[in-house]
Amino acid sequence: MTKTVDSTRSRGESKRVMWEGSRAVAEFVKLCRPNVISAYPITPQTHIVEELAQIVADGDLKAEFVNVESEHSAASVVLGAGATGARTYTATTSQGLLLMLEVLYNIAGLRLPVSLTCANRAVSSPINIWNDHQDAMAARDSGWIQIYVENNQEAADMQIQSYKIGEDKDIMLPVMVCMDGFILTHAYEPVDVPSQEDVDEFLPPYKPRYYLTPRTPLTFGAMVGPERYMEMRYLIQETMEKVKEKIEKTANEFKEKFGRNSGGLIDRYQAGDAETLLVGMGSMVGTMRDVVDKLRKQGKKVGIVKVRTFRPFPKEKLSEALKGVKNVIVFEKAISLGEGGILCSEIKSLFDAKSKNSPGNISNFIIGLGGRDITENSILGAVERAERQPVELDFVDLDRELLVGGD
Amino acid sequence: MKTTTKNLLAPGHTACMGCGQSLGARLVMNAAGPNVIVANATGCLEVFTTRDPQSAWEVPWIHSLFENAAAVASGIEAALKALGRKDEAKVIAQGGDGGTADIGMGALSGMFERKHDVLYVCYDNEAYMNTGIQRSSLTPLDSRTTTSPSGNVSWGNITHKKDLPAIAVAHGVLYVTTTSVAYPRDIEKKVKKALSIEGPKYMQVHVPCPLGWYHDPAQTITVARLAHQTGLYPLFEIQNGQLASVMKIGTVKPVEEYLKIQGRFRHLFQKEGGAEEIKRIQTIADENIKKFGLV
Repeated sequence: MTKTVDSTRSRGESKRVMWEGSRAVAEFVKLCRPNVISAYPITPQTHIVEELAQIVADGDLKAEFVNVESEHSAASVVLGAGATGARTYTATTSQGLLLMLEVLYNIAGLRLPVSLTCANRAVSSPINIWNDHQDAMAARDSGWIQIYVENNQEAADMQIQSYKIGEDKDIMLPVMVCMDGFILTHAYEPVDVPSQEDVDEFLPPYKPRYYLTPRTPLTFGAMVGPERYMEMRYLIQETMEKVKEKIEKTANEFKEKFGRNSGGLIDRYQAGDAETLLVGMGSMVGTMRDVVDKLRKQGKKVGIVKVRTFRPFPKEKLSEALKGVKNVIVFEKAISLGEGGILCSEIKSLFDAKSKNSPGNISNFIIGLGGRDITENSILGAVERAERQPVELDFVDLDRELLVGGD
Repeated sequence: MKTTTKNLLAPGHTACMGCGQSLGARLVMNAAGPNVIVANATGCLEVFTTRDPQSAWEVPWIHSLFENAAAVASGIEAALKALGRKDEAKVIAQGGDGGTADIGMGALSGMFERKHDVLYVCYDNEAYMNTGIQRSSLTPLDSRTTTSPSGNVSWGNITHKKDLPAIAVAHGVLYVTTTSVAYPRDIEKKVKKALSIEGPKYMQVHVPCPLGWYHDPAQTITVARLAHQTGLYPLFEIQNGQLASVMKIGTVKPVEEYLKIQGRFRHLFQKEGGAEEIKRIQTIADENIKKFGLV
């Protein structure tokens, strides 16, 4: 394993390196100085935690690395450590995230700002180790902040921002950074790495107001009855509204400090005069950008709205961004079986069909499930189809020959 | 939160009359002292002590879920180390027999194997009492629970207690002990000893449950004592894998004396063939006495 980048660069200096996405995340986690890391191996999350284990083994990060016997315990270890006042990190994906799910709800309810990287992967059955967003979507109601990143720089930068957002005393919520498994975790891309000094200035040590200590013997996780439970849930919902401002503010502060915009709630590309807007999350937005560039060369008014933050759902920003546009085409790598695209149904909920603000039509495409390649043609074909005739719900690049049953 | 009592598990909680677990937990906490952090599994103990906005705990205490107390405690211990606060507190994880021996078994095994400096206390009342007396893997042979009822073709629970202390020993846990609310001094002594040892420790406290065992709430201590005196609940210490001590039984009592004062075994005295079942239970007691040298 390669030696970690030295931390001796001084303020304002950054270094550009060619790193695998997993390494970029691990190195940026290191820069955040977490006290306790706990993880259980699962493809394609493994490279992240292997890198971190090496960083700790080399003494480049002074942290406890707890190798546990399941994802349920990985989440429980960071829960216990977080409640004791530690900055914590874990990473997982797919079945691992689902095994954690019970703990994820608990972490959010206990208001512990854990940071988790979800190396997005499909969910069994059938078992499939490749990328889609079904895993993280299953955690969307858990009280975690969820950010979907497009590339490795964004994944790495979001690591630093995740603590800044979650640990704010007015927020105190966990953050899940969703990065596409293999497509990003195993891809080499150039990454600008800030100096430790700059990260330390941006991200002060975690100093929670309440934590487990005999000095002030507090009770965490008491049983709450019908007379107060609803208020606890309300408070998280109320905080989620504040999170939207915090995410935008943090993105601005980050840009000021490190000179690049890694994004806030949403991102727009060629959207100003667009008659057709493609909507997507994660790495597929990169492919969408190529498609839009080509269509623009043909004189077509096409643009992109990238949903970076899925929880809290950026209703106001999206309503504004999609207002009155002729065609909205939502692409997504997950489905609520028996309903349809999750992102699309949430976008549809923003508009009253009779309002003049409503888009002309909203089409929904499920794409890239279980790691099916998303090519420019996949997107192009869907766009052409939706522009001719809106599509309520369809699967892109479905191999219909495979669907023919036989007996 | 502050009270005038010295008890670190304060009175005023909502446990049932004669609850063995509340007594056991109070004895454990008082022996451990205030410089602890406690991770508690879901169960009676969590429910009757922390009905929000009140708490009976005078020590820092966290409840997360049913099966993860050992993992939460692992995280607490890791955090204390990482933050340079190791001297601040000893870490205790605790739960009932279901949260420990069944659903929490994986997390407990992980905590043992990773050698966390944590004392795990299992309050063994031999069934899922919080949910209404369902059978666990620590429920004894022929005990009647709501999911192992006696019936025309059933004597109740068909297995006898999983040997959790042996499982702890197999993990290389340096200090493994069983104790009972019948003997407060024994609990106190063993908690103090356990906390003086670095690494994982396992303690199983026998705690009668009047509600689930169908005995007179005034007889909790008597019932617990008889479990020891019959040989059905041997009290021992295993240190470094070796039997280090046992609490001897003066005069061994027949298991009938223990069984007949509990409704959960009443069917053994009412149904034809019960005597044969009681003999099977006597055999378990006899084997314990032999194995641990209790007389």
